[in-house]
Amino acid sequence: MTIRTTLLTGTASALIALAGAAYADGHATHPVTGDALASEQVFTYRVLDDFPSIDPQLIEDVEGSAVARDLFEGLMNEDAQGNVIPGVATGFEVSDDGLVYTFTLRDNAMWSDGVKVTAQHFVDGIRRAADPATASDYAWYLEVTGIVNAGAVTGGDMPVEELGVRAIDDATLEITIDAPRSYFPQTATFPTLFPARLDVIAEHGDNWMDPENIVVNGAYTLSEYTPQERLTRVRNEMYWNNDATILDEVTALIINDENAALTRYFAGELNMTDVPAGQFPRLSEEYPTQAISFPNSCSYYYLFNHVSGPEAIQDVRVRQALSLAVDRGVIVDSVLAGGQREAYTFTHWAIPGWETPDIEIANLTQEERNARAAELMAEAGYGSDNPLELEIIYNTSDSHAAIAVAIGQMWKQTLGVETTLANQEWGTYLDTRGEQNYEIARAGWCADYAEPSTYLDLLTTESSYNDGRYSNAEVDALMQEAKTTEDPLALYQQVETIAAEEAAIIPIYHYASVRMMSENLKNWPTENLLQNWYSRDLYIAASE
Amino acid sequence: MFSFIVRRLAVAVPTLLILIILSFMLMFAAPGGPFLSERPPPQQVLDNLNAKYGLDQPYLKQIFDYVVNVVFYFDFGPSFQYRDRTVNDVIAQGFPVTLTYGFWSFVVALIVGIGLGIAAAIKHNTWLDYLAVGVSIGAEMLPNFILAPILLLTFTLALGWLPGGGWNGGEWQYMVMPIIALSTSYMASIARITRASMIEVMNSNFIRTAKAKGLPMRTVIFRHALKPSLLPILSFIGPAFVAMVTGSFVVDSFFSTGGIGVFFVNAAFNRDYAVMMGLTILVGSMTIIFSLIVDILYAWIDPKIRY
Repeated sequence: MTIRTTLLTGTASALIALAGAAYADGHATHPVTGDALASEQVFTYRVLDDFPSIDPQLIEDVEGSAVARDLFEGLMNEDAQGNVIPGVATGFEVSDDGLVYTFTLRDNAMWSDGVKVTAQHFVDGIRRAADPATASDYAWYLEVTGIVNAGAVTGGDMPVEELGVRAIDDATLEITIDAPRSYFPQTATFPTLFPARLDVIAEHGDNWMDPENIVVNGAYTLSEYTPQERLTRVRNEMYWNNDATILDEVTALIINDENAALTRYFAGELNMTDVPAGQFPRLSEEYPTQAISFPNSCSYYYLFNHVSGPEAIQDVRVRQALSLAVDRGVIVDSVLAGGQREAYTFTHWAIPGWETPDIEIANLTQEERNARAAELMAEAGYGSDNPLELEIIYNTSDSHAAIAVAIGQMWKQTLGVETTLANQEWGTYLDTRGEQNYEIARAGWCADYAEPSTYLDLLTTESSYNDGRYSNAEVDALMQEAKTTEDPLALYQQVETIAAEEAAIIPIYHYASVRMMSENLKNWPTENLLQNWYSRDLYIAASE
Repeated sequence: MFSFIVRRLAVAVPTLLILIILSFMLMFAAPGGPFLSERPPPQQVLDNLNAKYGLDQPYLKQIFDYVVNVVFYFDFGPSFQYRDRTVNDVIAQGFPVTLTYGFWSFVVALIVGIGLGIAAAIKHNTWLDYLAVGVSIGAEMLPNFILAPILLLTFTLALGWLPGGGWNGGEWQYMVMPIIALSTSYMASIARITRASMIEVMNSNFIRTAKAKGLPMRTVIFRHALKPSLLPILSFIGPAFVAMVTGSFVVDSFFSTGGIGVFFVNAAFNRDYAVMMGLTILVGSMTIIFSLIVDILYAWIDPKIRY
């Protein structure tokens, strides 16, 4: 077929499709917004890399979790604002001491093979995640939830039957946690706690998630998965709320190169992709309705090595000076330019219920900060005659490099500090950081749940993620107290204030998601801070 | 000849073994590990993972078990990074992809390269020669990570003729850009080598004799000059063929073909020891096999070479 005839037949079939759509769409409107719906409800988006796993209990990344939330449904779901709403469970009751949660399961929830979803499937899923034989990277998440004996079971010190989770009957699930944790219901939306069909897994082994074997209880089922290329899911007709689902097909295209992805977005192959660093100002000017930025709960910061770093940075005045001299405004507005925000606290500004305490240095102008930084540095005995030399390590990436260059320059100008930049390949960098073989290290942290302790726990002595080995007895005590306090906000604010006074870390900026999104893709939950989105809530509006 | 092949194959086995052992040593010498992340799992989880993948065993036992599994069961083990897949799965899915577009790239590079080289040599120092040399130098200077975006902008965005990436079971529309991106620089090298050696052959005595006999130009070139002038190409195309069919990281990652090139590089970054080893062995054995084939072809083309 020549190109001309291809074009002609292509146009003809498009016209027929359009006519059919207009006919079929005569009445199709969105039940809530009233938008006319497009005849083709297909959503295609880009992911950066292949999914390490899409098995709910093994999932370890954000993109894989999004797939799992489509294929499976947990006890609870999240709405567009991140509030916890019913999922397979219609609701739950909490005991007076805040330790026992009793979930009631809906009776019309089905697996795609027609089996009813029962409380035992949830018990099986949670036990499977904790079981040392599963060797899940995310077994630690069960400890975050506080489910009784999670740590001991994962460590192999107790049988899985000892986990604080049991099926009272088919429709009633009881979960016992070790301390009242106000964020617990939100953890019930997390894939690690999704139900599992042990019979299917036993039958197919590691291949149970292949499209021909998979059994799901979510709004979609897997139709195609070609590693490093694409993953497609289509509607699961057995899903209890299938009638309210609008999108028919959702495809994740794995495109490593963000510029290639952007080109394919403009060629109409994608409904959504990330904006490459530094391109947001231009794109938002040219495509104001498509280039969008919204908060994303991660914080970017620099770690001080508090145990084996150079003597200078054990001096709080030096740490203060280094933190003061970082002009966050320049980094956010000139280096990144994608709607990120300056950070003076570790906790992301948009965490629901969080009120940023009055951090003193946040209220100064950069000139005042620089002046104070220079004073502190001189007090500590460093200056042009005795310049401080520091090394910053970061994992290889253009944007980390740009930020490190900018900060090195700021320190040099304001404080006369000589900085060496050392970029390391990811695995090496993690090793170096984890073994405290560095002076100053770039770091980033993303929230596991929308509550300040997901960040602030990292400042405690016992946290295994505390790669700076910052240790302060008062912080430890406050965080301990916060676990059992009804409203711990004041305690968290106190922790942030101490961390700022001591310059435990240098918070630099709070992340934003910067996307290109086609105008007819609707209902994207930009207000859901953890970006827990569900395809069944999205739809494609008919073009006007 | 037969004893030569047997001897070469006999050497290939220890070569592969040394390759495996060296790769193992390099892998374990690299800092980090497969289960390390910004959020390192607790020790007990790490222990479980190490136990599951046999990483808690002494190195020697790991190497031994690995070699035994590969040699006797053809089992390369599970991937550490992709929890639902084995290395055999990764190869079974990715290798046919790279083999397909790599093979066609090779064919394109060979035909276009040799054609361009011959044309330039015969029309030595004419506009055709300059054009051919210019094209091949340009193509060689244009690395595929620059060529790939240019192709994408041209054929996908501006003209809308070709899909911007993916594989779709190997439909031709999905193959065009990967083939151009991969073959261009090889094509350029082949053209330059062919031209140089063709010019040399055309100036040699036996060609002068052939011309003096009054043979038509076509016969002189294709019957007499072509075979000897291809000798230097042979030593180039053996490794080039292996490099092409084992994929290109740039092509795989830019066009999302799902080939093994991208797995190879990612495996190194993720310390996915099993995938890294599996692909090293695959590429290693193919290199050995194809250099053997090239040696055999040498003997066939050049009667002076005897083994």
